[in-house]
Parts: sequence; structure tokens; C-alpha cells
Amino acid sequence: MIPTKEEWLSALEQRHGKELQKRFSSAAVAVCGLGGLGSNIAVSLARAGIGKLILIDFDRVDVTNLHRQQYKASQIGEYKSKALPENLKEIAPYIEFETYNVKITEDNATALLQNADIICEAFDNAECKAMLTNIVPERLPDKYLIAASGMAGLGSANAIKTRKVTNRFYLCGDEVSDVAETGRLVSSRVMLCAAHQAHMVLRILAGEFET
Amino acid sequence: MIKINGKEFDIADKTLAYYLADTNYDPKRIAVERNGDIVPKSQYGETVLKDGDIIEIVSFVGGG
Repeated sequence: MIPTKEEWLSALEQRHGKELQKRFSSAAVAVCGLGGLGSNIAVSLARAGIGKLILIDFDRVDVTNLHRQQYKASQIGEYKSKALPENLKEIAPYIEFETYNVKITEDNATALLQNADIICEAFDNAECKAMLTNIVPERLPDKYLIAASGMAGLGSANAIKTRKVTNRFYLCGDEVSDVAETGRLVSSRVMLCAAHQAHMVLRILAGEFET
Repeated sequence: MIKINGKEFDIADKTLAYYLADTNYDPKRIAVERNGDIVPKSQYGETVLKDGDIIEIVSFVGGG
């Protein structure tokens, strides 16, 4: 039985407290890239009852994604921007989605992200990561940006950190483990980094910041 | 002195672009923070470093 909206919200309030849940429920968070980082960030945020998720990716689900991304074998070939909200609705039936089946570029980023309070960078490509990190503070200076760098390989879980770079820009990861060098991406380490990003979203909404 | 990623450099009055040209950073993979703000890419050439500036260069690696 799918709970009613009231039952679902009441359960979230029990776990988070009414005041904090109100902040979560009224927030809009963008997830840029719906792969290993983005799909796991989105699951955490959906479970927390974030009011609106803005989900952006141009890619389709591939068999090589299943080892670390929140998709099912039956979804291979589907667009991630369609498949992920389907899965999230089964977790959190009453959150809102804005989905875009496009590649984020310098030209469209501002328009795509204007409705977000907080933006999570969840690309796999280093140049795309840098592109978004340069664009958001310049063109959308009131938004928070939480980016990721360094979660490849089998290095220690404890090397993954959240670091405040500026008042509005946080960086998660070990900052050194490049997939081009390690050749590996394992779900647990990617999920750790995604969890750091999702956790920072919740902390910002709660008014708690890293020093 | 200018502090860049924790090290001190005697390059006051030089531009950020001048410093970066002499490093191995891939310009497409970096973001530069100066005294608490990200410096827009288009301003590297006109950003003159001042004594006491604290700069951090974030160099992204792939994977996600």
C-alpha cells in the first residue's frame, strides 16, 4: 500500500523534526549528471523528502552502469532522466521533479539551474566539472554548489572528505583519485562521495556549514 | 607574498594568467579561488595578484 501524502510527510517529520522537514520540503535541489554520483545523491535527497529535484542528464542507462548507479536491469536503454524519477517515485511518491534530457553546457546551464537553491555537480568528466564550477559562482552567485572530485579506485573510504572552498562552494572527494589513472570505479566509494554531497545539501538546508 | 595552495610566491603585481602559464595545470580542469571567491575564467588575464592574496587552485579529476 502506498502511503497517503499526509502519512508520508508525518513519517518524515517524525524522523527529521517538523521544522527541519519544512526546510527540506520547500527546497529545490538540482542534480547535474545522473550517473554514479547523481543517481545516488538523488536517492538520498528523495528519501529526505526534498520538495523538488531538478534532474539533468542526456545519457541512457547502459549495462556498465548497473554496478554503481541506481537503475535496474529492466531499464537498460532508457533515458536516465526518465528512468531515475520512476525509481525515486517508488521511494518518495510525493516529491516534485523537473527533468531535462540534455547535456549541460556553458550556454544552457543558467536557464536549467535557475530554479534550484542548491546545485550538485555530478558529472564524470573533469572538464565538465570545472566548467560548472566556474559558471555557477559567476552567473548564479546566490546558489550553493556542491561538486565532487576524486572517488575512483579502491583507496580508503576515510580519504573522501567535504571541504568548504568558498561560502557557496563545497568540494567532496579525495581530490586526487582520477578514474583515468586507477581505471576503476566501485559503487561503495562512489556512493561515499555521493553521500557526502547529499549530506552537505541537508546540512546547508539545516543552516549548518563546514568551517 | 602570494600564497597559492599553501606555498608562498613572490609574484605580486603579476596576473593570475601569468602565474598559471608557468604551471602544469590543465586550464580546462581548474577553478581558482582568490580570497574567498571564484575568479571567473574570463578574468584570469586582468586579475592582478596583490601582496597577502590567498589563492587556491582546485584541479578536478575524472570519475563519477
